[in-house]
Amino acid sequence: MKRELLKFLILAILVAILPTLLSGSYLVNVLIFVGIHTMLAVALNLLLGFAGQISLGHAGFFGLGAYASAILTTTYGINPWIAMVAAAVAVSLLAFAIGFPILKLKGHYLAMATLGLGIIFFIVFNEAVELTGGPSGFSGIPNLKIGSITFDNDLKNYGLIWLFTLVTVLLSVNLANSRIGRALRAIHDSEVAARVMGVNARLLKVQIFALSAGISAIAGSLYAHTMGFISPTSFGFNFSIELITMVIIGGLGSIYGSLIGAFILTILPEALRTFQDYDIIIYGIILILMTMFLPGGLVRGIPGLLARLRPADKQEEG
Amino acid sequence: MLEIQAITQLFGGLTALCDVSFTIRQGDITGVIGPNGAGKTTLFNIISGIYRQTSGRILLQGKDITGLPPERLARLGIVRTFQNIELFGQMSVLDNVKVGLHTKSHSGLFSCSFKLPWHLVEERRIAESARRWLDFCGIPDLADQRADSLPFGKGRLLEIARALASEPGIIFMDEPAAGLNSRETQDLASLIRKIRDAGITVVLVEHDMELVMDVCDRILVLSLGEKLAEGTPREIQENTSVIAAYLGEG
Ligand SMILES: Nc1ncnc2c1ncn2[C@@H]1O[C@H](COP(=O)(O)OP(=O)(O)O)[C@@H](O)[C@H]1O
Ligand SMILES: [Mg+2]
Repeated sequence: MKRELLKFLILAILVAILPTLLSGSYLVNVLIFVGIHTMLAVALNLLLGFAGQISLGHAGFFGLGAYASAILTTTYGINPWIAMVAAAVAVSLLAFAIGFPILKLKGHYLAMATLGLGIIFFIVFNEAVELTGGPSGFSGIPNLKIGSITFDNDLKNYGLIWLFTLVTVLLSVNLANSRIGRALRAIHDSEVAARVMGVNARLLKVQIFALSAGISAIAGSLYAHTMGFISPTSFGFNFSIELITMVIIGGLGSIYGSLIGAFILTILPEALRTFQDYDIIIYGIILILMTMFLPGGLVRGIPGLLARLRPADKQEEG
Repeated sequence: MLEIQAITQLFGGLTALCDVSFTIRQGDITGVIGPNGAGKTTLFNIISGIYRQTSGRILLQGKDITGLPPERLARLGIVRTFQNIELFGQMSVLDNVKVGLHTKSHSGLFSCSFKLPWHLVEERRIAESARRWLDFCGIPDLADQRADSLPFGKGRLLEIARALASEPGIIFMDEPAAGLNSRETQDLASLIRKIRDAGITVVLVEHDMELVMDVCDRILVLSLGEKLAEGTPREIQENTSVIAAYLGEG
């Protein structure tokens, strides 16, 4: 537990000093996205990496949060903070209700069902033009405010979003190392044995699905209020796959891995601007390579890989 | 303590259990024996709530528990181990046993995420109990290993430790000695007695007749889904239809 605290402190310090080392708002802007993506990847990892339940529709929950915030504040003039809380609660409740029937499904069937869910949300974002603005997007979303501080520039937004991201990471690490985290991993390894030991697998899966959707919705609200403009393309199937790739790269069940996965997959497309139209192909290739060579993800896999590359002092099992 | 009343289980056209009735007495070590395919595992699956029987009832201390799901039965003190070991392979040995304490703890999503003080107290208690049960089963030194790295015999012990951690009233073990060498089997026999002496009723499916005759107070014999006989080890050994069933099987 001491080590967990140390890891978290190092991360917090890095987050605090990084913007002072970077010149120009472009890089700070990229780091804002790293933060949002980290929240989403960690949320998905709770479901995918711990409970072992796939969701190919998480971009949809992200979008629901963003649109709920946009509509409540811009169309109905509600305070952005209240809108954010309302969006998170509503999306969690929705996921809870959907979760009961959908999480009875396993493996490929669950993948198909959540894929369908994501597609339905995407269609709604596009077609409910009066509410969402349709394909041309929704603009004029107000910034968040605390007292006289308005979060209207990159540095302030960086602080705001990374505060939320750090809290998400900390709470998720706590959860992972608790009775609930163990029950989730138990479901992952043997659902029948977990149930025999008294874990209400069905309810717990639905709860974690709702929590995961709720965190994604908060990330969506933050995104909407920082950007001021949203459009359906940010919340499509491609983005769901991108989120899964982040989780796999970092390692299933590794919270800090998700952060690293989010970092890599946010920086990479920026660095490889020319490949823009091929991003989904690149994610596909990454997914295949990771599954073949580093199924445990980078964080767990790299030490093992290094050990294999150093045959001279390899240790035999006693 | 546990009454099995006229249990029948059909799988399509196959009758896995046919009108089996039996009473398990509190504090006994009860053996369930019978040739392969007799329906022993099916009976355990029904009692532990994994299968829903075609007909028949199960009473625990006189209360009807027919059709309750496994997680409810666990809270009522019914646990089991599996014929094909079902460990949480990616977790540590200690964490496996901690999952066994799930019913003995209460922190939810919220108090776990925010590490509320009572949750920390509970976690300490869970860790202490889990270590005690590893001690009880004679594997305290394996606590930090990954469960799927354990040799077979130790895996069986871990499964028992995990089940005991929930402090059950009754534990069902499906072929706990399968795959163990003779030394390990002897240790298992004394562990089974130790479990009974701790006040836990034991029911085991087992093919190792020496073990069964040695530790069991009563024995239920199944053959092709039907109850062939029940009685003390001595009565069973002298029962001609039981001998015939086993000889017929080879
Ligand atoms: N889930 C199932 N579906 C269909 N048949 C089953 C199922 N489980 C067990 N059986 C059948 O029921 C019979 C009894 O099996 P089982 O209870 O495993 O026997 P035992 O444990 O005594 O060796 C076997 O013929 C087996 O094939
Ligand atoms: Mg069997």
